[in-house]
Amino acid sequence: MAVEMLSYIERKSPVHRLTGVTKLLCFLIWSTVAMLTYDTRVLLFLFLFSVAIFKVSKIKWKEVAFVLLFILVFLLINNLAIYVFSPQEGVKIYGTRHVLLDIGGGRYSLTLEQLFYQFNVTLKYFTVIPAALLFLVTTNPSEFAASLNRIGVSYKIAYAVALALRYIPDIQRDFRNISLSQQARGIDMSRKEKLSKRLKNAASIIIPLILSSLDKIEMISNAMELRGFGKNKKRTWYRARPFQKIDIITLMLFIIMLIVSLYITFYDGNRFYNPF
Amino acid sequence: MRKPVIQFENFSFQYRSQTAPTLQDINLTIYEGEKVLIVGPSGSGKSTLGHCLNGLVPFSYKGKVTGSLTIDGEDTQGLDIFSLSKKVGMVLQDPDGQFIGLTVAEDIAFALENDCLPQPQMITKVSEVAKIVDMEPHLEASTHQLSGGQKQRVCLAGVMVDEVEILLFDEPLANLDPATGKYAIELIDRIQQETNKTVIIIEHRLEDVLHCPVDRIIVIDDGRVISDMTPDELLASPVLEQCSIREPLYVRAVKYAGCRLTPELRPAHLDTFQINACKKQLHDWFEKVDIPKARDKTETILELKAIDFSYFPGQPTIHDVSFSIQKGEMVSIVGKNGAGKSTLSKLICGFEKPNAGKIYYRSQDITADTIKERALRIGMVMQNPNQMISKQMIYDEVALGLVIRGVPEAEIKERVLATLKICGLYPFRNWPISALSFGQKKRVTIASILVLEPEVIILDEPTAGQDFRHYTEIMEFLLELNQRGVTIIMITHDMHLMLEYTPRAIVIAGGRKIADDTAVNVLTDARIIEEANLKETSLFELAVRAGISEPKQFVERFIAYDREVRQ
Repeated sequence: MAVEMLSYIERKSPVHRLTGVTKLLCFLIWSTVAMLTYDTRVLLFLFLFSVAIFKVSKIKWKEVAFVLLFILVFLLINNLAIYVFSPQEGVKIYGTRHVLLDIGGGRYSLTLEQLFYQFNVTLKYFTVIPAALLFLVTTNPSEFAASLNRIGVSYKIAYAVALALRYIPDIQRDFRNISLSQQARGIDMSRKEKLSKRLKNAASIIIPLILSSLDKIEMISNAMELRGFGKNKKRTWYRARPFQKIDIITLMLFIIMLIVSLYITFYDGNRFYNPF
Repeated sequence: MRKPVIQFENFSFQYRSQTAPTLQDINLTIYEGEKVLIVGPSGSGKSTLGHCLNGLVPFSYKGKVTGSLTIDGEDTQGLDIFSLSKKVGMVLQDPDGQFIGLTVAEDIAFALENDCLPQPQMITKVSEVAKIVDMEPHLEASTHQLSGGQKQRVCLAGVMVDEVEILLFDEPLANLDPATGKYAIELIDRIQQETNKTVIIIEHRLEDVLHCPVDRIIVIDDGRVISDMTPDELLASPVLEQCSIREPLYVRAVKYAGCRLTPELRPAHLDTFQINACKKQLHDWFEKVDIPKARDKTETILELKAIDFSYFPGQPTIHDVSFSIQKGEMVSIVGKNGAGKSTLSKLICGFEKPNAGKIYYRSQDITADTIKERALRIGMVMQNPNQMISKQMIYDEVALGLVIRGVPEAEIKERVLATLKICGLYPFRNWPISALSFGQKKRVTIASILVLEPEVIILDEPTAGQDFRHYTEIMEFLLELNQRGVTIIMITHDMHLMLEYTPRAIVIAGGRKIADDTAVNVLTDARIIEEANLKETSLFELAVRAGISEPKQFVERFIAYDREVRQ
C-alpha cells in the first residue's frame, strides 16, 4: 500500500483540539512573521517554539520525515544557489566584511557575514516548514472546509479543497495499481530505460489514471447533487466546532507574538539583526 | 384504494448524444408502500429509469423527455433535482464512489448540512438514523476502513436522513460477497416493513433479491416495459428466458425436469415452492442425465508454498497459504471482501513480494523474478478495464505490450489480429475504444494480455457488472481459451460462476486458505460457507427438499446438463 503522505493524522492533543479556523489564522500569522523578519533572535525563538508545538501535537518526526527530507534537499540547493549567485550578499546587508577563507581573491571569498545571512535563510525554512506540515496533518479536512467557510470563503470552494485533500490517498492507490499492471505488460519505468522512453511510457499510466479519475469525479458530483449540495447559499457543518477558551488564548498569544516580533524586527529600522 | 406515488404516462426519454430513445412509451404505476424490483439486461434502460426518478435525468444527463412522470402527485417537469431528492433517495451502485464525508457520521450528515440544519439537531438525527442501519457504534470510523456491507448501510443511512418516501437501490448487490448481499436484502426488507416506505430495487441478480419477498417485478428490455407481474407469475412465464435474465437456479432445474410451473406452485421462493408437484419429475431427471466426467490430472504449472505477507508489520494479510495449480485448470479463488484474495493475485504476479514462502512456476523458483519477467508467463486482468486501457484505438491497445517488447511489426500485426479474432473483436479492430460497451472493453483488456501469450491468466472479478448475456459470453470465451490450454485463475464473488465454470475452488478467509476442493463440495459445506461469507446454492436445497439421496450429485449433474443446453 502506498505511503499516505500529508494526510490527516488523528491524535488526541491540544493542537488537534484547536478549531481549524484558529489553526489557519495562527498559521497565517506565523508565516507572516517568518516572511517579514530576518531577525535572528525572532527566528530562533520561532524555531524553538515550533519544535515545542511539534512535541505537544504528538505527531512523530518519522511520520513527516519523507516530506521533510524532500524539502531539506531543496534547502540545500537553495543555499548553494545563493552562494553561487550572490556570495557577498551578507557583506552588503551587514556592512562589514570578515573574511574567513580567501578564495580566488575576492568574489567567492567566504565571509562571516555571508555565513550568518545564509544561516538566517535556513532558519526561516525551519520555522515555516514544520508549522506548515503540522497544520496539514493536524487539521481534519472536513473541519478545515468548515473553517475556510467560516472565514468567508464560499462553501463550494471550501468543500472542493477538502475533497481534493481527501482524494490524495485514493489517487496514490490508483496510480500504484495502474502502474503495476502496465509494468506487467512490459512497460518499464525503472532507470534501465532511456529517459525519453520513460516519459513516453509514463503516458500509458497517466491516461488510465485520468480516465478513472474522471469517472470518479462524475460519480461523486452526481452523489453530491443528489443529496442537495449547492441548493442553498449557506450550509451548516457537522464537524464545525465552536470557539473555545483554548482557541481564544492561542489566538491572543499569536497576535501578541506577531506584534512583539515585528517590534523587535523593525525597532532599529532594519529587517536584519546585526551582531557585527 | 392505494395511493400511487410514481406514475409514468407515455414516458419517453432520449439522451442528447443518442439517436434513438433509451426509454420508450413507459406506462407504469407504483403505489405507496410497495416493494418493486426492476430487472433487465445491460443497456435495457433500467438505470436510466432510475435516473429519471432521482432527477439526474434530465438535470445532469440532458435529453428530450416526452410524456409525463408524476412523483407524489407532482409532475417532475416542474420540480428541480433538489426537491426530487427530498422525495426519492437513491443508493448508488458503487458505495466507494458516493462517499462524500470522511467519517461515517459526516457522510450520513451530508444532506442535513446542505439543508442548513443546526449542529445539535444534526447530531441527534445522525445517531437516530445510524441506529436503524446498525451503524451507530461506527459513527467515527473512516469510510475507507468499512467492509463492503457496512459501506452500503452508510449510504442507505445517508439518504434516509432526508425522510424520503421512496428508496431507490441501484444494483445493491454488485460489490458485495454473497453472505453480505443476503444480509443487505434482509435489511432493505426490514426497513421497508418498519417504515412502510416505497422501495424500488434495480438489480439483475434475481435469485438473490428474491431471498425476501417483493410485490412486483417489472422487466425492462430495449427501453420498454415488457412485463409487470408478481414474482410467482413471472417465474412461471417464459419472459425471463426471452430477455436473458438469469432465472433462479432451482427454477431452471425444475424446468429442465419437465415440470410445468404455474403461479399456484409459488415458485418465487424455495420455501414457498410446492415441490411435491415436481418431485417425481426431478427424480426421473436425476436418474436420466449423465454423470460428468472427472478431469485428468496434468503437470503442475504454478505452486505457492507457505506464503506469508503483510502490508504493515504485525498485521498479516496472507498467512501460510500453499496450493498448486495444474496446467489447463480453471480455478476460482473465493472468500469474503477483504479476505486477501486480491493480495494473493498480486503476490503471484510479483506486484508485491512475500515476506516468507516460495512461488514456483513449472518447478522453477520465481519468487525473486521481477514483474516484467513474470508477466511473460502470468498475465493479470484487473477488475476495472478503465484502469488498464491507455490507447485510443483497439488495435493499438492490444499491440501495446508487443510494441514495447520490440517484436517485429509484421509479427505484431499477425498476433494482434489472431488475438482479436479469438476475442470476437476482429470486426471492431479499427474502432476507438470509447465506442465500446463495458463488457467489450473488458474483452479488450483480456486480449491485450492474451496477445503476450501467457500460460496462466489471472482475472479479478471477470463478470462484475455484466448481465446474464454478457456473463455467458465472457465465460464461454474464457472456457474456450481454457480449452486451448491456457490456465485460468479467477477471483470472484459470483457463486454461479464458481459453480458453473470452475471445477475447483480455493477458499480464503482471514488471510488463510480454509478449503481447496471442488466447487460443489465447497458450496454444500455449511462450515466453509459460514466462515468465508459464501452462500449455499439453491440447487442443493432443492435436491434435499425433493428427497434426492445424493444432493451433491444432483448439483453436479445439473451444472453439466445446463452448460450443454446453453451452448
